[in-house]
Amino acid sequence: MQTALLIEQLLNGLQFGVMLFLMAAGLTLIFGVMGLINLAHGSLYMIGAFACAGVAAATGSFWLGLLASLAAAAAAGAIVEMTIIRRLYGRDHLDQVLATFALILIFSEGTAWLFGSFPLYLDIPPLLQGAVELPGGVRYPIYRLAIIGVGIAAAFGLYLLIARTRLGMRIRAGESDREMIGALGVDIRSLYTVVFALGAALAGLAGAMVGALQSVQVGMGEPVLILAFVIIVIGGIGSIKGAFVGAILVGVTDTMGRILLPALLTAMIGPAKAAGIGAAIASMLIYIVMALILAFRPQGLFAARG
Amino acid sequence: MSRETLLNAGLALLLLVLPLAATALGEPFYVSLATRMAILALAGVGLNLALGFGGLISFGHAAFFGIGGYAAGILAGHALNAEPLLSWPFEFSGSDQMHVVWLVAALASALAALLIGAISLRTSGVYFIMITLAFAQMFYYFAISWPAYGGEDGLSIAIRNGFPGLNTALPMDFFLICYVLLMLALVLSWRIRDSRFGAALQAARQNDVRVAALGIEPFRTRLAAFILSGMITGVAGALYADLNRFVSPSMISWQMSGELIVLIILGGAGRLFGPVVGAMLFVLLEFLLGGLTERWQLFLGVILLGVVLFARGGVIGLLVGRARHG
Repeated sequence: MQTALLIEQLLNGLQFGVMLFLMAAGLTLIFGVMGLINLAHGSLYMIGAFACAGVAAATGSFWLGLLASLAAAAAAGAIVEMTIIRRLYGRDHLDQVLATFALILIFSEGTAWLFGSFPLYLDIPPLLQGAVELPGGVRYPIYRLAIIGVGIAAAFGLYLLIARTRLGMRIRAGESDREMIGALGVDIRSLYTVVFALGAALAGLAGAMVGALQSVQVGMGEPVLILAFVIIVIGGIGSIKGAFVGAILVGVTDTMGRILLPALLTAMIGPAKAAGIGAAIASMLIYIVMALILAFRPQGLFAARG
Repeated sequence: MSRETLLNAGLALLLLVLPLAATALGEPFYVSLATRMAILALAGVGLNLALGFGGLISFGHAAFFGIGGYAAGILAGHALNAEPLLSWPFEFSGSDQMHVVWLVAALASALAALLIGAISLRTSGVYFIMITLAFAQMFYYFAISWPAYGGEDGLSIAIRNGFPGLNTALPMDFFLICYVLLMLALVLSWRIRDSRFGAALQAARQNDVRVAALGIEPFRTRLAAFILSGMITGVAGALYADLNRFVSPSMISWQMSGELIVLIILGGAGRLFGPVVGAMLFVLLEFLLGGLTERWQLFLGVILLGVVLFARGGVIGLLVGRARHG
């Protein structure tokens, strides 16, 4: 196996990982601050992708589409938070699961009604088309590098927001004692709406960026949502740092496993069987990693709440 | 007799009368609708054991449903082609008999539930929900990428598996099998609820520290309940595959797990007949709304949201009041 292929796959894994981080960061933030498990986060991802594809098709500009995806996902998040999610904070997790499951059905079917059941396609903007030569003789698409860049920038921005700003201070305070910061005069209701909209915007951004790599279709969000769950279980619920480490781990493990396992098995049992078995095991790999981590650290790698 | 017992008896009778009347009126389609209700109710009875009584919110019960389905499909396939499935420790070349299929489905589901439960029951709350969901997804991707048994396309069952003394190809005979199994599972579920084991399980849901202080290990009680729950759902999966004469990865999808939870909640979680009402209502909604619009799940979502926000306790809760023990 050539080094060039390995480097390329490693970058693909990294790109997948940062995209997953954008999803997982929102989920873990929402859980950490409001104690809410939000299954409908995948729908916000889908809304971002559809908004980007719709606006890009209408205006011809990917960049306007990207802005639209942020705005649409944040707006959808804020509206849902104010009308429905707000009633769920005091409820048990079962009610939260059911209500947000209902939201998935409503969002998915509503989107299918609006846009039809056929997938939409989104073109990569001209500025980011083509590939660059990396050291080691690897040619790699600029667009995927740009996603990695945006993801890392978003992670850094999130870190600055939470560690260095007044809003971030309130978010951290909300995580440790929500009654107390309410008593200190912080409007906790609008803080919750802001946090939810922020998480939604991150999911929408991820959806829009991935939309140009894959097709944009109803139901695209849930497989990513479940991976994001695996990530925050691995990283520790409520921890942004855990989400970042978990996302990179899952992205790289999944991508490399799909390349390396069949190759490894070919050497052991011959190519005929290896393709099938290798693919089957590779598809289970991240869940096996999750199980192993949980066996040793049930609270995840960076548990935020003891 | 309490109101709930009366309601339960009425429901059991209704589910039996429905297909009988349909047969008398020469509408065999409704028999298969009632069979679907009975099978989903059985799967729900399984989940209710973990979710309703034990408070274990498993978002991964589709794994067991699918394992049961694949057990039916794989055994029938091997029996048809007379290919050996096992050569060691004993010769086994599949089976086209339902009781063998159920046994295999139950054992395979028990094994899967043991593995999933042993890991996920070490955690609780949101972790448990996410981990069970993730493990079910693992089985889903495995079924998709494992080429031997159909992969993404699924597996057809050429002839519905048989049962000694009955002709399972007749809709009514097959319905009766499903109905009897459902009733047996309900009796089992009722006996468990009122047993010492059931008391420990329900107590662990309410306060596991106290249960531990009494000398009962919540982990083992929960694991046993989770395995039993998976087994019942697995048998339901085998019946479901036989009903459709087809099994595919969609039986293991997260939507299936969600639907199983939804039908329990529609009926009333932790109520003996909650899954039965829920399954009847769910299949009826799917049939009525599905006849009106392709996008019937949009309405299901709205109804579900309404039930969660305003009618906690489900249909049974609305009809006979909330359970005495919360």
